[in-house]
Amino acid sequence: MKTVIFRTIAPSLAAIMLVFSVFVLLRGHNEPGGGFIGGLIAASAIAIYGIAAGVDEVRSAIRVRPLNIAAFGVFIAGLSGLLSLSQHVPYLTGLWTFFSVGAGEVAISTPMVFDIGVYLVVLGTVSAVALALEETEDDHA
Amino acid sequence: MATTAHTIDPGDLPRAMLDIATSLNDWVIILPIVLCLMGGAFLLLVREWRGAQLGLTLVFLAAIAALEAQLFVRVLTDGPIAMTMGNWLPPFGITFAVDVLGAGFALAATIATIVVVISYSADTMQREVRYGFYSLIMLLLAGVTGAFLTGDLFNLYVWFEVMLIASFGLMIIGGRKIQLDGAVKYGFLNFLATTFFLIGLGYLYGLIGTLNMADIARVASQTNSPAMIAVAGLFLLAFGMKAAAFPLNAWLPASYHTPDAAISALFGGLLTKVGAYALLRTMVLMMPAAREVLDPVITTIAVATLLLGPMGAMAQTNLRRAVGFIVIGGIGSVMAGIAISGLFGVAGGGLYAIHSMLTMTALYLVAGMIEQVTGTDDIRRMGGIYRASSGLSILFLVLVFASAGLPPFLGFWPKLLLLQGALLDNDGLLVAAILINSLFTSIAGARIWAHVFWRNGREGEAPNAINPDLKPVAAAVKRPTIFASAVLVALILFLGLRPNILLESAQIAAVGLVHPDRYTAAVNLEVPDK
Amino acid sequence: MLEQVLAALVGIFFAASIYLILSKAIIRMLLGVTILGNGVNLLIFTLGRVSREVPPIVSNGELQPAAGFANPLPQALILTAIVIGFAMFTFLLVLGYRAYQELDADNTDTMRVAEPKDAPRPPLSY
Repeated sequence: MKTVIFRTIAPSLAAIMLVFSVFVLLRGHNEPGGGFIGGLIAASAIAIYGIAAGVDEVRSAIRVRPLNIAAFGVFIAGLSGLLSLSQHVPYLTGLWTFFSVGAGEVAISTPMVFDIGVYLVVLGTVSAVALALEETEDDHA
Repeated sequence: MATTAHTIDPGDLPRAMLDIATSLNDWVIILPIVLCLMGGAFLLLVREWRGAQLGLTLVFLAAIAALEAQLFVRVLTDGPIAMTMGNWLPPFGITFAVDVLGAGFALAATIATIVVVISYSADTMQREVRYGFYSLIMLLLAGVTGAFLTGDLFNLYVWFEVMLIASFGLMIIGGRKIQLDGAVKYGFLNFLATTFFLIGLGYLYGLIGTLNMADIARVASQTNSPAMIAVAGLFLLAFGMKAAAFPLNAWLPASYHTPDAAISALFGGLLTKVGAYALLRTMVLMMPAAREVLDPVITTIAVATLLLGPMGAMAQTNLRRAVGFIVIGGIGSVMAGIAISGLFGVAGGGLYAIHSMLTMTALYLVAGMIEQVTGTDDIRRMGGIYRASSGLSILFLVLVFASAGLPPFLGFWPKLLLLQGALLDNDGLLVAAILINSLFTSIAGARIWAHVFWRNGREGEAPNAINPDLKPVAAAVKRPTIFASAVLVALILFLGLRPNILLESAQIAAVGLVHPDRYTAAVNLEVPDK
Repeated sequence: MLEQVLAALVGIFFAASIYLILSKAIIRMLLGVTILGNGVNLLIFTLGRVSREVPPIVSNGELQPAAGFANPLPQALILTAIVIGFAMFTFLLVLGYRAYQELDADNTDTMRVAEPKDAPRPPLSY
């Protein structure tokens, strides 16, 4: 697997995939896309980088443990629902505010925060599983 | 639908969202579950900070218990309450609907969890804490509480799976061979059960087009078409498997004795009761007409479970496997409640499940202490603890009597209600089975008690030879374990002696299930006229 | 017409999965459980009424999807069930693999650690 071509391409491929995953995450509001699929793309990027550069390299590059990312995702997803407590509406009701930035308008909403939480959960758990599996493969090699 | 979307005025659209403000007080419905999930996530985030894990877990659990106690008192006095997520109009959103049954089960589950966490606190190895032991416990409680409080059938499926995945993790913590063996059987059969549940759910959705429990009760409670009976049969199969009712009980004695005693206690207390709760909810509240048709099947299952549970316990040499069979016998009582199903039956079945949550947790904890004192799990090699610790023998004997349903212990009251209901129905078979179950359970428990406590030595040796394996209780068992188990047994004793509040709540819960008008009214269904 | 084809397909899925689940090898049982899960998803899809219509997405500047949109609920149910089923499959696969390594058995007949075959007789005194 660790050919020169793959090793050279993998970092840039992973970088593009990570950016694309954020694009898919944010696009999910009005078009097909969303946190789940974005998280899967990001986790695939991490898995590809892990195959090319080795698991230790990935672990030091992402700094945070994958499971912590997932736990943080659950935490902010739960928090995004709690925000509706202040508005006298049930749990998980979408709340929106709009900012005008330059020419366009930016929507900040609790469904987006929830979706970022989903993104982090999927990214964290799937990359934790992928890295663990790659680690055992390294042991056998 | 005929007009194109361009010309529609927003005011013409059918209403989809609530337009009344939600009272802040209603948040007690959802907060216990949110707190479980967020607390579990937070504990996972700070899992390197091991010293604080236990303290934080107890703070979260205490907050959850306080919220659930408040919720219980509120539904007891004011009737059921509901909240539909995301401000959607029911039945479009996922509804959480709480009545006395759900709130009582949730409160009992949290109390059992607190006791287990305290009793395990001194034994937990550092390694297990790092693997997220307390996070898994919070996740398990989230699944259990979610299942008790939800008002949506598909959401119930999701909570079942949350509970299942957390219990997988807890069952294999430590990774001994016997745990892997037990977990394979537990995992496959429980996953199969939830898949059967999903099949039934799919058919139900295809038949009536709704999965909101109150809506199902409104639309389908009087239907007994063959298709509806098939759905009820699938639910009976799936939840019967979850509850370990005969003949689908094989996974329980194969797996519950494999993890640590405290984890067995948590499983024995909580998991089968979720299946029992789901049976009460689906059979009595949602499809009573279909249940009527299935009545002979449920009665047969109840009688077989009542008789075979304690008989299995008599045939075991492994202490915790014997306790597992006593748990199964208790499920028989809940099934009997569903078979009787009138007000007495439902009140008795529900109350028995609450009793079973507390008593079975305590029984597993005491069994764990016995194993620690004797250093073995074999009943034949345990003799002589009475001399070493009479206190332990009293705890065990109280629990045996409570699970057999002898007065004045806690198990007596639900059995009394069940007997009253069965007598009203003139169902002699069930009356006999309930009484014989009590007899057999006391025989099985008393046999264990006699071998473990009364006998001086081990089997095959002279009756008055001292068992050399015994360790003094103070040295073998950590203090929090003794303390937590003793407090739980004291609670069981107290509730047995002062059963008024439990009996009254059980009556209210039964009325709520058999005549679900207030439940469906609380969900605030508006019949869509467009 | 499509309903009948899908129903037959669900039947084939169920038959294959039951055959596999009845096997003694854990890996076959696992494949059986997975095929059963897929069969159930297809079942929910079919029961949600098959219609070749527009996707249930509200286009820009409109208030509701175009007329005759497909029922989105079965899709949401199936998506949830797929994710959960996938998680369970991964867990059981790893568990089965660990059991294969530790217990040296891919055969449920020889997995008797928790329930020994030659279990001792119950105590006979008293």
